[in-house]
Amino acid sequence: MGIKIKSMKYEDFNDNESLELFKKSGSNGFFMTTIDSIINWGRSNSVWPLTFATSCCGIEMMAAGASRHDFARFGIEVYRASPRQADVIVIAGTIVHKMAPVLKRLYDQMADPKYVIAMGACAISGGPFFNNTYSVVRGADHIIPVDVYIPGCPPRPEALLYGIMQLQRKIKAESKENRLESRENFI
Amino acid sequence: MEELQQILSDLLPGAVFNTNPQFVEAVVPAGDLHKFALELKNNPKTLFDYLVCCSGVDKNEELSVVYHLRSTKLKHNCVIKVVTTDRVNPEFDSVFDLWASAEFFEREIFDFYGIKFKNHPDLRRLFLEDDFVGYPLRKDYVDNINIVQ
Repeated sequence: MGIKIKSMKYEDFNDNESLELFKKSGSNGFFMTTIDSIINWGRSNSVWPLTFATSCCGIEMMAAGASRHDFARFGIEVYRASPRQADVIVIAGTIVHKMAPVLKRLYDQMADPKYVIAMGACAISGGPFFNNTYSVVRGADHIIPVDVYIPGCPPRPEALLYGIMQLQRKIKAESKENRLESRENFI
Repeated sequence: MEELQQILSDLLPGAVFNTNPQFVEAVVPAGDLHKFALELKNNPKTLFDYLVCCSGVDKNEELSVVYHLRSTKLKHNCVIKVVTTDRVNPEFDSVFDLWASAEFFEREIFDFYGIKFKNHPDLRRLFLEDDFVGYPLRKDYVDNINIVQ
């Protein structure tokens, strides 16, 4: 079968196995999968990000939104300044302990369905600030559940585009059963 | 620079001058800081009207505050240092009433080094949370929960 999106060939993606596994954990009946595929087609092609960036990764995110890379091609259409209107929060930068409750609140204010991309080394693990720091949270997944991790310091806009396409594929693999799985299993 | 150092040594009789290739650098006694600062600001030969930067330093045995001053009229700079060996309750005079930019500089120094400033109007933490315990830029700061060596 394969989880297809328009922008890139199925074989060219890494980590197809875990997405296939994720898809299998959802519903299998013909009726539900048809409805899901229509819903997912709509959702995956209009993922609006929240205007949220805490450091240099934010500059790369802006570059990805600007004319050279232009992620509006993928339906990551427009930055929303309000979490109520956003579908995805790209954690672009270092999260410090003082920022952590703000991030949590922003995530809680977003309406379902909501997705999280951890962009860059700081958001994944604390990155360069892992050792000898009193202020940095070691990975945004200590605070909110993350769907896609994009490594790099900072990642190039191409890497962000790839991460966004992987998120679109993950949205396409969703169904009613596994949609909230990552959030319910989040400790 | 020699000229300025001569003027400063006349104004600050208690000061010790360090050799510094870039600035005239004077270490003044902590008790006389405010008096000297007032003189530096108002004396027509010096006229230091701009506090460029004010920073804290921890050298293990002593804590100090460094003031970078500039005169926008006479176009010269100097560095003033005050030093204390008291690590439990270090305290200096605030120069907030002379240079308003000192308010946030001194809050920042209080935040990270725990150095208190007498007569400061609003000495709260600036960058860290209000309930943060300890002064993280001190050399002897220990945090076994957050710091991974």
